[in-house]
Amino acid sequence: MLGNINWADIGQATLDTLVMLGGSLAFSVLLGLPLGVILFLTSARQLLANRPVNMALSFAVNVLRSVPFVILLIVMIPLTVLLVGTSLGVAGAIPPLVLGAAPFYARLVETALREVDKGVIEAGQAMGATPRQIVFGALLPEAMPGIIAGATVTAIALVSYTAMAGVVGAGGLGDLAIRFGYQRFQTDVMVVTVVLLLALVQGLQWAGDRLIIKVSRR
Amino acid sequence: MISFQSVGKTFARAPAPALVDVSLEVAPGEVFGVIGQSGAGKSTLIRLINGIERPSLGRVITDGEDVGALDAGGLRGLRRRVGMIFQHFNLLSSKTVAANVAFPLKVAGVPRGEIGPRVAELLDRVGLAEHAHKYPAQLSGGQKQRVGIARALANGPKILLCDEATSALDPQTTEQILDLLARLNRELGLTIVLITHEMEVIRRVCHRVAVLDAGAVVESGEVAEVFLHPQHPVTRALVADAAGLVAAKGQGAGPTLRLTFRGAATYEPILGRIARDTGVDYSILAGRIDRIRDEPYGQLLVSLVGGDVAEARARLIAAGVRVEEA
Ligand SMILES: Nc1ncnc2c1ncn2[C@@H]1O[C@H](COP(=O)(O)OP(=O)(O)OP(=O)(O)O)[C@@H](O)[C@H]1O
Ligand SMILES: [Mg+2]
Repeated sequence: MLGNINWADIGQATLDTLVMLGGSLAFSVLLGLPLGVILFLTSARQLLANRPVNMALSFAVNVLRSVPFVILLIVMIPLTVLLVGTSLGVAGAIPPLVLGAAPFYARLVETALREVDKGVIEAGQAMGATPRQIVFGALLPEAMPGIIAGATVTAIALVSYTAMAGVVGAGGLGDLAIRFGYQRFQTDVMVVTVVLLLALVQGLQWAGDRLIIKVSRR
Repeated sequence: MISFQSVGKTFARAPAPALVDVSLEVAPGEVFGVIGQSGAGKSTLIRLINGIERPSLGRVITDGEDVGALDAGGLRGLRRRVGMIFQHFNLLSSKTVAANVAFPLKVAGVPRGEIGPRVAELLDRVGLAEHAHKYPAQLSGGQKQRVGIARALANGPKILLCDEATSALDPQTTEQILDLLARLNRELGLTIVLITHEMEVIRRVCHRVAVLDAGAVVESGEVAEVFLHPQHPVTRALVADAAGLVAAKGQGAGPTLRLTFRGAATYEPILGRIARDTGVDYSILAGRIDRIRDEPYGQLLVSLVGGDVAEARARLIAAGVRVEEA
């Protein structure tokens, strides 16, 4: 029944997926979080309202978000080579994954910040806090549940992006599912990889939910 | 302490100005009330004091500084000397009570070692010592406002701004918070500017009051004077809500007078004695005996019948009762 399955391959693919996911999620958060904060702060009637900066960043984010990920993978090859020395394998997949996910995460962060009661900002201003003190002391802690929820959604989106990264020979579970399960009709490989991906998604959602409960004080 | 000099404020894209030619003086150590209906411009006025809004016309002087002329750094410095509390408390839900109160201290760069003791002292002052490690969601409205007050007092301000600080609270809790504000005013010599749409709040704690209508000050003065003898229709409406001193038209047989007793006279049997001496009969149409801050007052709407009404009037006035046609 599981005749086609090479467990060593599955193990390697799982590891590849985890590395791609971990690496790309870390960089997406590292880039997306500040970008989201800046998008929020520079928008109309906010602390650092600045129309030109906001419009430029917003446009860049929209461009990246409107390009289908597969196209992004291919278009980015030269830049990827410049950044990590190769466009292949796990390392080659991470830059396009980050470029696809960071703008997405930035929007989620922006939304989370928008949901913070504006009275909190007013109180910060009234006590003479600088914008920086308001962001780090009030806005980010208040928005933390939303920021974590956004990271969870981004992580899960990245799981399916990693499958597409197989196109650049990145490996991973999704790649295995496409090459063996789909193209060679090895249903058992397909089932096993999908089950593993499902377990991964469930695990991410569970971890995210737990973390949100932990930081929620409302 | 605070001075408004012909201040006007117009918001971009707003059809009408929010404030028109407002001039006010708030003396050090007084509790100054600003009352007005929704949209009158109260919040705008209070936010001009600490520079959250800037005047479009005129000048606002707070603690010796021209607020409109300060740069960002100057404004932050001023705001650390001016505390503010809010209708919806505006606490950080993600932080404990103690951390909320510590925030302005961190903002002001108070050394780490001094923050803990200072927070404990502040929480003690507002009666929340045992709630230091709770989160705002675990507190009642009154307790949340106490946290707001402790936070506003953290850097030892000379001025406290209260924007509808009791409007989200029930009457009993409102009373407790107002008592606390009155105590802070007495004990710390804190100058308080308090905004409300309820005359009761003004009556309980304020020394002086300004009535705001459509962005303009239509009446101002000592609270007792404004409360007991309102002149402007808006003031009258606000007072009527609070005092309920309105008699139905056509009630009572004779002329209807409004009698106002203040201070010790409130508790003396003046009316009965004068009625007996002058042979005037009276019926009370409406009335209230209460206090304005600590001063007792009585206000009666009476209809006088028979006897020597003119003499009764003269004797009431001689006894220190203020007599007005109602
Ligand atoms: N940022 C703003 N932009 C445009 N108009 C504003 C702004 N803030 C206030 N206004 C307008 O100015 C007027 C006065 O508003 P303000 O908030 O000072 O009233 P208020 O007396 O505090 O009312 P409320 O009792 O409802 O809080 C209103 O007509 C309001 O719509
Ligand atoms: Mg208001």
